[in-house]
Amino acid sequence: MDILNMSALELSKNIQSGAISVKEAVDAYISVIEEKDKDINTFINIDKEALYKRVDEVQAGIDSGKYAGKLVGVPIAIKDNICTKGIRTTCGSKMLENFVPTYNAFVVEKLEEAGLVIIGKTNMDEFAFGCTTEHSAFGATKNPVNTECVPGGSSGGSAAAVAAGMVPLALGSDTGGSVRQPASHCGVVGFKPSYGSVSRYGLVAFASSMDQIGPIGRNVEDVTALFDIIQGYDCKDSTCVKLEHRKKINVVGNEKCCDENILDELKEDISVDLCGNSKEDIDIDVDNTTNASEKIFTDKKSIEAARVNLNGKKIGIPEEYFKDGIDEEVKNKVLAVADELKKAGAEVEYFSLKLWEYVVPTYYIIACGEASSNLERFDGVKYGIRSENYSNLDEMYKLSRTKGFGEEVKRRIMLGTFVLSEGYYDDYYLKALKVRNLIKKEFDAAFEKYDMIISPVAPTTAPKLRSLEEDLSEEIKQPGFDTLKMYMSDVYTVASNLCGYPAISVPCGSECNMAKVSKEMNMPVGVQFIGKAFDDYKIINMAAAYEILRGEGE
Amino acid sequence: MFDGNVNEKVIKTDIETESVDSCLDTYETVIGLEVHIELATKTKIFCSCDTSFGGAVNSHTCPVCTGMPGALPVLNKKVVEYAIALGCATNCEINKHCRFDRKNYFYPDNPQNYQISQLYAPICVNGNLVIETEDGEKTIGIHEMHMEEDAGKLIHDEQENMSYVDYNRSGVPLIEVVSEPDMRNAKEVIAYLEKLKMICQYLEISDCKLQEGSMRVDVNLSVRKCGSKRYGTRTEMKNLNSFRAITNAIENEAKRQIRLLENGEEVILETRRWDDIKMESYSMRSKEEAKDYRYFPEPDLVELALEDSLIDNIKEAQPEFADEKRERYIKDFELPEYDAKLLTESKIIAEYFEEVAALCGNPKKASNWFIGEVFRLLKDEQMEPEDIKFTPKYLADIINVVSEGKINLGNAKAVFEEVFRSNVEPLEYMKKHGLMMVSDTGAIEAAVNEVLAECANVVEDYYGGKDRAFGYLVGQVMKKMRGKGDPGKVNEILREKLER
Repeated sequence: MDILNMSALELSKNIQSGAISVKEAVDAYISVIEEKDKDINTFINIDKEALYKRVDEVQAGIDSGKYAGKLVGVPIAIKDNICTKGIRTTCGSKMLENFVPTYNAFVVEKLEEAGLVIIGKTNMDEFAFGCTTEHSAFGATKNPVNTECVPGGSSGGSAAAVAAGMVPLALGSDTGGSVRQPASHCGVVGFKPSYGSVSRYGLVAFASSMDQIGPIGRNVEDVTALFDIIQGYDCKDSTCVKLEHRKKINVVGNEKCCDENILDELKEDISVDLCGNSKEDIDIDVDNTTNASEKIFTDKKSIEAARVNLNGKKIGIPEEYFKDGIDEEVKNKVLAVADELKKAGAEVEYFSLKLWEYVVPTYYIIACGEASSNLERFDGVKYGIRSENYSNLDEMYKLSRTKGFGEEVKRRIMLGTFVLSEGYYDDYYLKALKVRNLIKKEFDAAFEKYDMIISPVAPTTAPKLRSLEEDLSEEIKQPGFDTLKMYMSDVYTVASNLCGYPAISVPCGSECNMAKVSKEMNMPVGVQFIGKAFDDYKIINMAAAYEILRGEGE
Repeated sequence: MFDGNVNEKVIKTDIETESVDSCLDTYETVIGLEVHIELATKTKIFCSCDTSFGGAVNSHTCPVCTGMPGALPVLNKKVVEYAIALGCATNCEINKHCRFDRKNYFYPDNPQNYQISQLYAPICVNGNLVIETEDGEKTIGIHEMHMEEDAGKLIHDEQENMSYVDYNRSGVPLIEVVSEPDMRNAKEVIAYLEKLKMICQYLEISDCKLQEGSMRVDVNLSVRKCGSKRYGTRTEMKNLNSFRAITNAIENEAKRQIRLLENGEEVILETRRWDDIKMESYSMRSKEEAKDYRYFPEPDLVELALEDSLIDNIKEAQPEFADEKRERYIKDFELPEYDAKLLTESKIIAEYFEEVAALCGNPKKASNWFIGEVFRLLKDEQMEPEDIKFTPKYLADIINVVSEGKINLGNAKAVFEEVFRSNVEPLEYMKKHGLMMVSDTGAIEAAVNEVLAECANVVEDYYGGKDRAFGYLVGQVMKKMRGKGDPGKVNEILREKLER
């Protein structure tokens, strides 16, 4: 049987029926990894001894009927910022090159309970700071579609592993697009759940108010099955929302914020709120919040079911997203998706997001502020590397952190420290929190009209690896230019993190099919579907419907 | 410790001291306090680790309180309830939408290198405490109270030149109570602290022991010319481990500041450390080199939305506090104010007293026993009220048999000592050791006969009209009976025999 070309769901069915053993499945994937990973550099760590012990354990569990579920026995790769008990967890940083957690992340526990087999830990931009997976202490990961290109990031290792056929499924983390953007660049599906859907316990924090673990897979159905397993309430994460509360939508912010001239209010003093979950819940009738995905998947993936799902749905397209700075090819492919949905009966229209230009600066101020504090614990005292040759405590801190952190991490710590400093806090951090509220207000208003928003994932397809860029212009050579360009490329993804919305990236251009890959082919393009908070299954459904229509179109 | 202590010489010449002393009266001291109270919860503020003191190093720890990557805090509800209880007891407004903030600073005892505390929206604000002063009652304002986590402890090994960290205390819940600058001298400060301590003990939220660090006091002090309305530059004094140290430090610091001003120098805004052995303070750091804590809202915790019902329930469950008890003792039990005050200083004592008083039906007698015997024994044995283990009924029984004349007071006190120490059943004990009064006529007659025979000359004195002779004979009989003779019967039988 062709293990490598099965979907994760098919593979699990075959494993559970006894047609394929867990070991056969893992062996098949390990052989792909051994063949390809020296070129792509996807995995930071594969502990084979622990892996095959786990294989036996899962096989025994299957044989004794211990497991029930859709992904029993399926191998999975995990981003290396998710803690795995007894297995090195580096966050792509020299700082943690020898760090072995004493506990499992909530999602790891869930995977183990569900009988999945963790193959290894994937490469990433250091502490998830970056969108190319070039900022790793363990070398850059390459895009399996074209190894001269980056896979995107920061979950580039996880997306590349799925795209290269090294695993059927992977977990990444998404703070500003880190699951969706590499999925888009590698031609696979990546989902960032609503903030509060998946427990962050055991995910090494980048920006606590935006981090969310998300599944990556070859198709929407596999991704949904994985999401079903990892989502749920966890009492160890205070920002994780109880299931019964997810049907209600949290209104973040103050009514005062929502006036006609929203831009003028940027200057006003508006009460601040985090994108938390403790605000008074306002009961809004939301359908499709629970496992409604079942329906479309069991309807034999018919075009008919897809059309029924999309018929009459209201879809908004932010007009500002297609004005400047977007690659023509990406633009055309994303707008083609809108046409496709329209043909299926959806109502599609443009709308204006006035605060669009504030999204990236707001995101970077808040993300860096939180990151600078979250990374303070890496000080060489308790774990991680400690520099030698220090003569006092301050020197120990300075030398250890200088040695342990890479350039981009240092840059963000400096930025974050600055925006939180006395005298600057009000002008930067506090203001950013206020703008965040306004941005959410604007999006929430759009969601009163639309079932979902459709947008690009990134302005371009996967760029070439920096080390391969030959035609660096004088402008680009200037310090900081690249960084700013990199930050700006997050423009389509960060709003979902600022507002806590679910968002999914689905291939809409060259679908990744390794059999078809050739040097001449175009790089993959993804389309993003964004829903309002806790409409996770609603946008998954629409993504699944689109995937079916796209398949038929080919 | 790593702040680079500057050993500042305190100027101490006789002449200057004299001149300062002469103008002390022209200055007013202004004091505000920051009091950290360690809460007696079973588990820590953000994880379920044990808070008990004295476990093996780093035995009460988990990924959360050791700052492991990926670990997240979850707020302990008890801490919020305790903070609300203290807020209600001190007339604070409860902030129903309070939240936590991060205070960032690097130090090894602080595993995350930030402390989760409250700055922008603390749980309690605008309260007050009424204290007794020489000039009557005085209201001390409470600016705010906030919840926060404690840090671990550093252990320095000088020989190895190494430092170790014990995170057992990391994450133990604290309430910081910040007063207004309303106190004017050490006596007011001590009265405020005693009151705060008593309230915490009545609420059973903390034992507030300065020596053990479950209550920590920082004194903010400035001086100004009497009549001035502007506050002077203040200093913050740390390392105050007893009421005595607080008193010493306040008096010393006020004089130091007055001396500076009188010499035309300036007081520097700084943190100082008190050395109670040398009776001096040292500069720890000036505010200019103070750290920027980069406070910002803690994103790992959500804003609290406290329900009215929670606050109402806590309010309703508040105990009768010392002041109310004292009033009731005076009114209902007709106790002198002195007794009422002493009995209510500790809730445990007050509750013991009330039980004994109810059982013996005589509050005044019960009060005498507490103030006389219980307090004396506590002092002798160096015990705290919570160490008391005797059954209240036993003391009530003793009080009753004394009232009934079945035992003399001296013996009764001796019996109570046994009850206090090992909680023996007193009536059994009295019988077993033959301490009850003897009212058996035969035994008394025998003793009287013996005494009359032995003291013929005193008997003659009696007949000769010497009144004191009778008393002497009674004493001799009692002596022979080892004090157990019923005094009334002894008198009666002796008189009868002599008159015969």
